[in-house]
Amino acid sequence: MLSVFILAPFAGSLLAIFFPPDQRGATAWFAGAIALLCFLVAAGLYPFVTSGGVLRYDLAWLPELGLNFTLRMDGFAWLFTVLVTAIGVLVVLYARYYMAAEDPVPRFLALFLAFMGSMLGVVLSGNLILLAVFWELTSIVSFLLIGYWHHNAHARDGARMALTMTGTGGLCMLVGLLLMGRIVGSYDLDVVLTSGDLIRNSPLYMPVLILILLGALTKSAQFPFHFWLPHAMSAPTPVSAYLHSATMVKAGVFLLARLWPVMAGTEAWFWTVGLAGLSTLLLGAYFAIFQQDLKGLLAYSTISHLGLITVLLSLGSPLAAVAAVFHIVNHATFKASLFMAAGIIDHETGTRDMRKLGGLIRYMPGTAVLAMVASAAMAGVPLLNGFISKEMFFAEAIETHQANILDTMTPYGATLAGMFAVTYSLRFIHSVFYGKAPEDLPKVPHEPPRWMRAPIEFLVLACLVVGIIPAITIGPFLHTAVVAILGASTPQYSLAVWHGWNLPLIMSFVALAGGVGLYFLMRNYLATSIEGPPIFRLLHGQRIFERVLVTLSWKWARSLEQRLGTRRLQPQMRFLVFIAIAAAALPLLLSHYEMPPLLVRSIDPAFALLWAVGIACAIGAALLAKFHRLAALVLLGGAGLTTCLTFVWLSAPDLAVTQLLVEIVTTVLILLGLRWLPKRIEDTQESELLSLQVRFRRLRDFLLAITAGGGVALIAYTMMTRPLPETIASYFLERAYKEGGGTNVVNVILVDFRGFDTLGEIGVLAIVALTVFALLLRFRPQADSLEAPEQQRVQNAFDDDHPDRNEGDSVAEYLFVPSVIMRWMFPVIGMLAAYLFLRGHDLPGGGFAAGIAMSIGFILQYMSGGTRWVEERLRIHPLRWMSIGLLVAAATGIGSWLFGYPFLTSHAQYATLPIVGKFPLASALFFDLGVFSLVLGATVLILIALAHQSIRAPRAHARAMRSGKEAS
Amino acid sequence: MEAWFALLVGIFFTVAVYLLLSKSIIRVLLGVAILGNAVNLLIFTGGRLTRGVPPVIPGHQDTLTGPAANALPQALILTAIVISFSFFAFLLVLAWRAYEELQTDNTDEMRVAEPKDEPAPPLGY
Repeated sequence: MLSVFILAPFAGSLLAIFFPPDQRGATAWFAGAIALLCFLVAAGLYPFVTSGGVLRYDLAWLPELGLNFTLRMDGFAWLFTVLVTAIGVLVVLYARYYMAAEDPVPRFLALFLAFMGSMLGVVLSGNLILLAVFWELTSIVSFLLIGYWHHNAHARDGARMALTMTGTGGLCMLVGLLLMGRIVGSYDLDVVLTSGDLIRNSPLYMPVLILILLGALTKSAQFPFHFWLPHAMSAPTPVSAYLHSATMVKAGVFLLARLWPVMAGTEAWFWTVGLAGLSTLLLGAYFAIFQQDLKGLLAYSTISHLGLITVLLSLGSPLAAVAAVFHIVNHATFKASLFMAAGIIDHETGTRDMRKLGGLIRYMPGTAVLAMVASAAMAGVPLLNGFISKEMFFAEAIETHQANILDTMTPYGATLAGMFAVTYSLRFIHSVFYGKAPEDLPKVPHEPPRWMRAPIEFLVLACLVVGIIPAITIGPFLHTAVVAILGASTPQYSLAVWHGWNLPLIMSFVALAGGVGLYFLMRNYLATSIEGPPIFRLLHGQRIFERVLVTLSWKWARSLEQRLGTRRLQPQMRFLVFIAIAAAALPLLLSHYEMPPLLVRSIDPAFALLWAVGIACAIGAALLAKFHRLAALVLLGGAGLTTCLTFVWLSAPDLAVTQLLVEIVTTVLILLGLRWLPKRIEDTQESELLSLQVRFRRLRDFLLAITAGGGVALIAYTMMTRPLPETIASYFLERAYKEGGGTNVVNVILVDFRGFDTLGEIGVLAIVALTVFALLLRFRPQADSLEAPEQQRVQNAFDDDHPDRNEGDSVAEYLFVPSVIMRWMFPVIGMLAAYLFLRGHDLPGGGFAAGIAMSIGFILQYMSGGTRWVEERLRIHPLRWMSIGLLVAAATGIGSWLFGYPFLTSHAQYATLPIVGKFPLASALFFDLGVFSLVLGATVLILIALAHQSIRAPRAHARAMRSGKEAS
Repeated sequence: MEAWFALLVGIFFTVAVYLLLSKSIIRVLLGVAILGNAVNLLIFTGGRLTRGVPPVIPGHQDTLTGPAANALPQALILTAIVISFSFFAFLLVLAWRAYEELQTDNTDEMRVAEPKDEPAPPLGY
């Protein structure tokens, strides 16, 4: 049942994308229905979570690592779920009217649902890692939501800042949670929540605390990370109403409350959390007074209220925790309604600047009344929900929790912040709804549509009801949530408006009176002042943030580049090789490496000859690479053949087959490619008068290469002279036939034991082939490489000289006999490929070798007949083959799911075909078929892409000639 | 025999590295081709040199008894051969395309992104 909370929003999000952009209403109905569904399910689950009940949903994910997809709902998570879904429904309703016709509403609602899903994920995660995953998801989706109007630079900056801050915090938090999981020995939340003493007494407690706090405090916009929240106000107002009242920023305090039982109560907790909370509470409230933007005021007020919750959590007393949970709910209700009211004002007047607004009560009395009640709740006026939780806060602030200066300061700070809260709440109401009627507003103000106001009405009603009769309305639910956090230590508390004349009440009155007085003192100044509080406005959080970013991502990166980088490839390569040598040599030097005695034992003359030829080929290729490309190529082929023969003689027949075939294809490839690469004629002058510098450079390169080669030779020799330790190879040898059903162990490893790797590998092959195809698609070579090759010119000249021949005869007759042979070879090669393929599981061969062999068959046709000739006769669809191959391979893997086995489990048996006889028919064979098809497709695609250049080139040439003629 | 094999690997590596350090793209390309062989041979040494015992189970047996070549490096190399082939094909086409666009195969002269006389970017702003 719990999985509904994750599945429904994300599935809905995917579906919502497909709504047409002009269907505002339909999309909103859809998204609203999803949110409502989640809300109703949550409501229905209430009986299961009362009095400490816990619902769990487990799905094994990586159980070996203790990582499971565990959803867990207790009373506290339930309360949050209800909050998230209920306000979600209201915000969708509101957004339906708020978003303009030209805004792509489906995109908005899709993101909105995704956000709701991520937030529910955070709330319901029963596993620390899962929590971090959803946490990051909320950061990412909120980035997209804040930057929803991406044409607006402020929105982009705000979104980027929010992502950088919360993302960095999230990373720290992940590390913290990993450490915590290590201390506890499990990532399961149930286990973690019962290991409080273990965590608090661990030597790693401090790092865990700091890292997790970094995550929570950045998310909840606590000082000094608060500055991203006001900048996130460039988001559409429904986003602010949702993210910055009930969800995103509440995730931070949610985490603090969630881990409160296991982390709170220490002095370190008290100081770090308390200091951050108290300074946020005061600064946020103070800054809020001086905002001119309505949403800016609300943003700072949110920061301040989050600070209040943080302070409550820092105190470490159960009563304070009760107050914190209560205030989370209260703040969500009144702040969401205030954001919506601000959005209505913006929507109906066209501005949010409080200097321009005024007297709106005449135009929108309904909205005005709602906003007044909500901001009175924000200010903590009696008979409203904000008052009750604020009283609880004051009462807790007076209590002595720890004998230190911070604890002594808390009541004064609390009263002062309460005063500021009254001031900015009053300012919000007074400057917007009273005073002179506004002049030259962008729009004529009027009441919003009936249903746009409905969500606010609902929330304000909630504020009132909870404020007047708290014990009956919110009481039981609050109790459920609190019991989930505090368990046995749940204190006695009473939710009531009237507790008699006591100190908290007096503090409330002081705050109320002081706040009102302060507002009337500052009224005239505020009516005209510029944005931001005096003195502090010079200190821009954003400026500092950007300075840091520039230093990190630009200054340091640039200076590193200047120090280590060059603008040329060669020195950079040299540097790389040098580093590689150093990295390999260092461990040898540090471990007192002793070279094994050099045993130049007798060597088989055949090997000696083979390797001597290989060495000669390699060196020759290097020497000739500059001016005699063809010769270098032939020598390169020689080196490849040496490798191939080495494999044959050293018991690696599979490698030899594949190497041989690949060598052939590579050579064809280079030959095709070289035709279009620059010709280079030996510059005699250059070779005679080599400057000293060039000589020095070559010598240096040579020495570097020798060192690298010598080092590798040393490593190879050392490795070979050591005895082979027991490796997993014997595991494969033992089980290849019994479990993989094939006798060719190498092939069984590829298609069975390590089938998933192979799937990845053919994926790479497909990507490379597509890239090559894309690079050459519609690409026409430059004019200078267009003239016919020298050989063709000679042949044509010969035809010209002989009157009995027509031009082109020699070209056509050239290689006549070989081309006939090559054509007839096609079925033979096809046969060979089939043979290699079918025997692959038991004997050397397999999908790779067969695929390449088959592609050679195609290449031969291209070589003998020419591109056009082949394509008139054969249907060649390499792209289709590739996709079929990939699909077949993947489908084989998925097929094993049908039988209840993990991905790519294989099943083996033998089958008999007429003529062919008995051959292994494992499910791995189908996988190998996929490999075959993909390798064939990819190789043919690459080769054809190159071959097609030869048809395109003359065409382009002809066009150039034609246009040239027309011009003249 | 091991020493000679090590020599072969070493020289393949030397040649490959020397070619990779060159300015000309085509030589780099040839270097990559040889490097592929060199690396495969180096991986091969991880399974030691064994003659005449391919890791293929005889028809009448269930498991391979007696000495056999190490199948694991072979499987790795088989993958590596195909991947290095595709890598090579990609590089070749890239080099070709670059030559056609830039009219040079000299890496020093490929200066579209960073023109020769362009001043270094500032260290801050």
